[in-house]
Amino acid sequence: MASYLIRRLLLMLLTLFGVSIIIFLLLRLVPGNIADILFDQAGMVDPSEKAAIVTELGLDRPLHEQYLQWIGDLMQGDLGTSYLSEKPALEEIAPRIPISARLAGLALLFSVVIGVPLGVLSAVRQNSMLDYVLRIVSLSGLSMPSFWLGLLVLMAALALFGNIPIYTSEPASFWQTVALYLVPAAVVGFRSSALIMRLTRSSMLEVLRQDYIRTARSKGAPESSVNFVHALRNAVVPVTTTIGVEAAFLIGGLIVTETVFNIPGVARFLVEAIRWRDYPIVQNLVMFIAVVVVTVNFLVDLLYMVLDPRIRYAE
Amino acid sequence: MKLVRPAALLISAALAVGGAGEAHAQKRGGILRSFLPDNPPSASIHEESTISVAMPFSALYNNLVFFDHTKKRDAFDTIIPELATSWKWSEDNTRLTFQLREGVKWHDGKPFTSADVKCTWDMLAGKTEAKLRKNPRKSWYRNLKEVTTNGPTEVTFVLGRPQPSLLMMLAGAFSPVYPCHVPAAQMRTKPIGTGPFKFVSFKQNEGIKLTRNPDYWKKGEPYLDGIEWTMIPSRSTAILAFVSGQVDLTYTNTLTAPLLRDVKQQSPDAVCAMEASNVQNTLVVNREVAPFDDPDIRRAMMLAIDRKAFVNSIFDGEAIIGGSMLPPPAGQWGMPAEKLSDVPGYGDDVEKARAEGRKLMEAHGYGPDKPLKVKVSTRNHPAYRDPAVLLIDHLKNVYIDGELDLLDTSVWYARMVRKEYQVGLNTSGIGIDDPDVNFYENFACGSERNYTRYCNPEMDKLFDQQSAMTDMKQRKELVWKIDKMLQMDGARPVIAHTRGGTCWHPYVKGVDIPINGIYNHWRFDDVWMDK
Repeated sequence: MASYLIRRLLLMLLTLFGVSIIIFLLLRLVPGNIADILFDQAGMVDPSEKAAIVTELGLDRPLHEQYLQWIGDLMQGDLGTSYLSEKPALEEIAPRIPISARLAGLALLFSVVIGVPLGVLSAVRQNSMLDYVLRIVSLSGLSMPSFWLGLLVLMAALALFGNIPIYTSEPASFWQTVALYLVPAAVVGFRSSALIMRLTRSSMLEVLRQDYIRTARSKGAPESSVNFVHALRNAVVPVTTTIGVEAAFLIGGLIVTETVFNIPGVARFLVEAIRWRDYPIVQNLVMFIAVVVVTVNFLVDLLYMVLDPRIRYAE
Repeated sequence: MKLVRPAALLISAALAVGGAGEAHAQKRGGILRSFLPDNPPSASIHEESTISVAMPFSALYNNLVFFDHTKKRDAFDTIIPELATSWKWSEDNTRLTFQLREGVKWHDGKPFTSADVKCTWDMLAGKTEAKLRKNPRKSWYRNLKEVTTNGPTEVTFVLGRPQPSLLMMLAGAFSPVYPCHVPAAQMRTKPIGTGPFKFVSFKQNEGIKLTRNPDYWKKGEPYLDGIEWTMIPSRSTAILAFVSGQVDLTYTNTLTAPLLRDVKQQSPDAVCAMEASNVQNTLVVNREVAPFDDPDIRRAMMLAIDRKAFVNSIFDGEAIIGGSMLPPPAGQWGMPAEKLSDVPGYGDDVEKARAEGRKLMEAHGYGPDKPLKVKVSTRNHPAYRDPAVLLIDHLKNVYIDGELDLLDTSVWYARMVRKEYQVGLNTSGIGIDDPDVNFYENFACGSERNYTRYCNPEMDKLFDQQSAMTDMKQRKELVWKIDKMLQMDGARPVIAHTRGGTCWHPYVKGVDIPINGIYNHWRFDDVWMDK
């Protein structure tokens, strides 16, 4: 187990190193830099003024120097300064993480709390009217574009309540926070729950056909115990992988939801930072997301051992 | 035009400071909420050119003079005092002296003096150690020799030759006075002004907060406790926010005609205005690249354009056809479209014009089986992309086969400056409805915003000639002549002047949308809310 953990840790570090190289180079390959964007906003280009900005920000240094500077500073906890806001990058990024984390967490909760039980129900009642209805609902969840669904929800909220649940200022209380995040989380969760529901259903159907399930029934175990204790525990292993992938995606991939509901989260900020070629923000935010992804994947792998004792990672 | 009107100035100064007769109706308090669709690049008005900076941040500053926002049109006769209480031209009209208001303080409590005026304009002229990171309006002040002070309350702008439009430039939103004691870099992130509102916070991608300046020199103002701007990039969400009452005032000029109708349908009480923005869609042609160095080819392109089709299909009827100056009744310097009827592409008979265009192309060996292939470049943004698509369709009528070349925002101006394009479609705003601003920025040799690098020394002389004229009637005639020459020369053919809508809830009072520009009415000092 210890050697497994060490190997995984080294692999994570290698992955993060690879991500750092890729994001660093990709950003420089994309046409234009912050100086270009700033002058575009001003509707003019003065070559000498532009050159001064490029030098001031160190963008004319050799690439390897810029990379080493960034990585060296990152190792010391210095995320640099945003080219656009001229504030420390940490000051810009840090407040947005809890915002996206809340949204992602609630969305994940929705998707698991709704997707898993409905998936079980759909499998257990295979080919019944309920199964058909649930499958149609899950298909619609997968096929509806989230921006469209989000706007529909806002329009419905306006028509029904005369108000829309969008972020215009920091919520003042816990309940305000819940109210603010509940609707966008439900919109995102609807799609994720559809995916998890379908996966749970197909995994359950496979497990329900196994001999040990028949044995459990013949031993007189209640149906609920058969479904939720014996079957689900095995069926949920592949679903766990998907939940892990979804969780990783949610933390940095909710650009559409954040835009429609005007939530100042990580995803929207990242897209804006890319638009502005704000390298310190983009590089560090991508690294943060990469850390989340590799960590979640690692935790999912560890969870397998809990869910299925047969799984052990060899010495 | 008489440049010295002391009686009028004194009356204006009294009204600007007092306004006692109006004070009883206004209610105090409340936070005005609006939205911005774009992240402002910085809070420093002198370094920027977009309305996303002028609209939220004008409330922090004062100019020497400003346009009276209660008047519909920004013009010479609507200029009122701000930090200057009066002004006077010298006999030879080359020196403009301002008497400055006493007792004005910067938001950090330091006193405002003539030194602040001097160092602002010295910085704009590049004469100081302190440099702006960007200086988009350097070309405005090419005639400014120096700024001198005579004590703390008098400042003089010394010009190389008469230039009445200097006053117009100083009255525009992009000409606030900056504090000498605050570095230019700080003005981008934590600006200090003398204006009715003080800076609280500017969070990128989130919002801007301003709070009432209790020490504002205009006693009794502002009425609002503060202003909050929320970044809402999704236009649908922003409009829903307005309709639901979470936003009191829309971003200016943001509503197309269909959207404005939609807003009025959902919020019938909303007060809306659809006005000319002084933003133009223009055709840009690289004159240094064959075959566009041939005036016949450029003429053929101009003959292909059906401006009415643009107005109707792209702008839903809400656009104005004219030359480079905004035409009347919105603009004060532009000529009516019928005066341009003999300019290629402006006549009513589109087919006749296109037939002429085809003949020109055929004379150069092009035809239906041998079209001229060209890349039509533009920014990858709907406001640019959609007209570019229509332009390509029109060019087909004169055997020009255009391919849409969408460029990322970051490379658009850089490409134009490096002349790495053939034909393009651009959208640009004119900060002030004034020929000096337009001609010197967009057509004068060497101007950074002269994207096509059009350079005609004879035209430059005409720009200087009209700029120095003090007789407005004669000046207007010359401006018309210049405008027509620019259009005939295809310098930067204007396809249409756009119009845009702004809405606010009926309890918001004191908002006035000008008819000839979008930048200059956002001081918010006498805006109040009746709720």
